[in-house]
Amino acid sequence: MLAPQNTFVMYEEELNRIIVLIEKLLRESNSKVIFLVDKNGQLIASTGATENLDTTSLASLTAGNIAATGGLAKLIGEKEFSILFHEGEKDNIHISIVGGRVILVVIFDHRSSLGLVRLRVKKASEELGAVFDDLAKKTEEGGEKAAVDSPFAEITDDDIDNLFN
Amino acid sequence: MSFINYASREINCKIVYYGPGLCGKTTNLQHIYNKSAEETKGKMISLATETERTLFFDFLPLALGEIRGFKTRFHLYTVPGQVFYDASRKLILKGVDGVVFVADSQDERLDANIESMENLKDNLEEQGFDLEKLPFVIQYNKVDLPNTTPIEELRELLNPGGVPDMTACAMTGEGVFETLKLVAKQVLIDLKKGGS
Repeated sequence: MLAPQNTFVMYEEELNRIIVLIEKLLRESNSKVIFLVDKNGQLIASTGATENLDTTSLASLTAGNIAATGGLAKLIGEKEFSILFHEGEKDNIHISIVGGRVILVVIFDHRSSLGLVRLRVKKASEELGAVFDDLAKKTEEGGEKAAVDSPFAEITDDDIDNLFN
Repeated sequence: MSFINYASREINCKIVYYGPGLCGKTTNLQHIYNKSAEETKGKMISLATETERTLFFDFLPLALGEIRGFKTRFHLYTVPGQVFYDASRKLILKGVDGVVFVADSQDERLDANIESMENLKDNLEEQGFDLEKLPFVIQYNKVDLPNTTPIEELRELLNPGGVPDMTACAMTGEGVFETLKLVAKQVLIDLKKGGS
């Protein structure tokens, strides 16, 4: 697992593996939209009918939601609530935690069911967990090298000032 | 905790505005939202009570431009300032990359400022952060009002460590972008060092 305060790094290879997995989950669970968010509210990947969705806001609110229910869990002596389910008139949201640090969100309607989504999410979570384990290993191994190769190692004051012009 | 995405060449950082109730945290974000170009900002989310007091957080995603081919995005959050929302405040500090402390310069809020600053230190410690090592700036807000504590006194009480600070009037927007720039700069310098 990644240390809680390390920089979270995503590489192309792992992102592609993740996208393949969530696209498969989208098909097999017959859902509308799937996205992955890190616990701090950063969107990692999304698939499905995302055109009309504000995915940045969704990511931030999902993380807030998980944080708030995590706080509730601790108050009653639980480690966390690993699954949340919100039922709407048409659309429903299934939220689960993968590998202890990433949040998997599945939005589905009457064409699927809670049972099917839960079943498929369980299987996909294992596969996604493996990718995040690999990513953690890669980040750890590459940590020192990355610090040297980091595109940010050579940021100048001018670069930063330019951002605000 | 910043998020570097090599696949989409993006870097995301989280900045939290902290401070006592009614000091102007949400007003800071609102000003940034109102004055930012359409293509650089996302939707601003405010989870507030019916009387417009922040209940959980405000959220504003902001894209600042590119550095070395990487898109830089800042996610700005505020905490609820009222004392009894402490559990929520702790949650929002998770994974923070930089903190802005918004102080209310009015005389009668001096104690509230000090209490909130102590609360910030405690809550950060609980998350494993050390305020002295985190990118941190202080904004003395509402300096346009008549009944303010002199800046020297505020500085002595709230900023003994001498972190970058500045005066502001968030209602008119004076000093708001300057404060954001101060903290963003520190966050990026921290990133350069390979820290955070």
